[in-house]
Amino acid sequence: MLSHWSAWLPSLLSGLAMSAKLAGASLLVGLPLGLALALLVTAPPWPLRWLALVVVELGRALPALVLLQLAYYGLPAIHLTLTAFVAATAGLGWITAAYSSEIFRAGVASVAHGQHEASAALGLRALDTYRSIVIPQGVRVALPALLGLAIQIFQATALAFTIGLPELLSQAYDIGNETFRFLSVLILAGLLYAVVVLPAGALVRGIELRLGRHLRPGQR
Amino acid sequence: METYRQILGGLPATLLLGLLAFAIGAVVALPLMLARRARSLALRLPARAAIDLLRAVPPIVWLFIVFFGLSEVNLDLQPFPAAVIALGVVSGAYLAEIYRGGFMALDDGQVEASQALGLRRRDALRFVLAPQALRVALPAIATYAIALLKDTSLAYTIGVHEVLFRANEQAQLGTGSPLAILLFAGALYAVLSIPTAVLARRLDTGMRAKVAR
Repeated sequence: MLSHWSAWLPSLLSGLAMSAKLAGASLLVGLPLGLALALLVTAPPWPLRWLALVVVELGRALPALVLLQLAYYGLPAIHLTLTAFVAATAGLGWITAAYSSEIFRAGVASVAHGQHEASAALGLRALDTYRSIVIPQGVRVALPALLGLAIQIFQATALAFTIGLPELLSQAYDIGNETFRFLSVLILAGLLYAVVVLPAGALVRGIELRLGRHLRPGQR
Repeated sequence: METYRQILGGLPATLLLGLLAFAIGAVVALPLMLARRARSLALRLPARAAIDLLRAVPPIVWLFIVFFGLSEVNLDLQPFPAAVIALGVVSGAYLAEIYRGGFMALDDGQVEASQALGLRRRDALRFVLAPQALRVALPAIATYAIALLKDTSLAYTIGVHEVLFRANEQAQLGTGSPLAILLFAGALYAVLSIPTAVLARRLDTGMRAKVAR
């Protein structure tokens, strides 16, 4: 089994690199959009508010697989043909935006009201209050949950298999098809996912404990 | 119209898969959670490893391991049972952590009071702790059930004739615009998840009042 594994490792690792690239691109697209949506769902003009709400709720209600397929197989119907990578980034980016907007919203809402009042007393405009006072503090609160979401998005990159992106699961499946050793190659692929996800999860828990330090008096 | 009737025909498979996987998960999660909370290291460590591993590997990979992988060792499963087993076991790990979260939310005083009343550990668990923990965990359980319902769409990749499978089939047959067909399939999942979401929110507010903390 081990000799096979070492022979398969190079192509699986190239798949893992593709998975990581897709996760990175999805987060790069989705997180800023998520922050924008978080601010828009509380925005005064109601058409903007409703639009943002629809985008968020659809992103949370539709299965990730359906979003990926919509982007890849659905959009060509309106003459918008995307490559597998762009389609996967669009689908997972949407999901990232939808879920992260809820996290950002909770983070921004957790900033004490006195911060708004103090900013107003200092004569800061609303935009500046958000940019330099509220958002930095809110993001700090939101950070552990955002990192947790990032890990979930990395796991969700495996779905891009269904639109033919050569990520980790696709590579494993191809090797399985060539060698008929599905069990061992899929276990190896699963271990590669775990090798990324488990330490990342431990790291997030560590960061969460550290950021929450000030909430537990007497513990340093 | 026939196109959409075909897609609707996938609903029973989607619902049954979700229901069976949830049922398996809810049951499997119980011993997993108890082992994870056990005092003995010989129980706690393997339970923790199993839970962590089941949650670290994407569900679609487990699905492939059960369906394609087990056939390599001559354990041929039909797509539907394979999907039920894979999603069921993965749910077990997630639900075990949710149950555990419910127990951790309880006040230590509940354990102490049970001891003071002379209840044995097992009885304290059964009559005092578990009912309260379940109430605390219910909203999270409902949220997970929605996620699981969406994850049943993964079964399309191994050929279970559920909603997304049928939608893809119709799109490939060219009986309608792929965009409209996939939007319809997506809308079905959304419609299915909305009642669960409403129920979850109601449970959340209703149950909080009934727990002593």
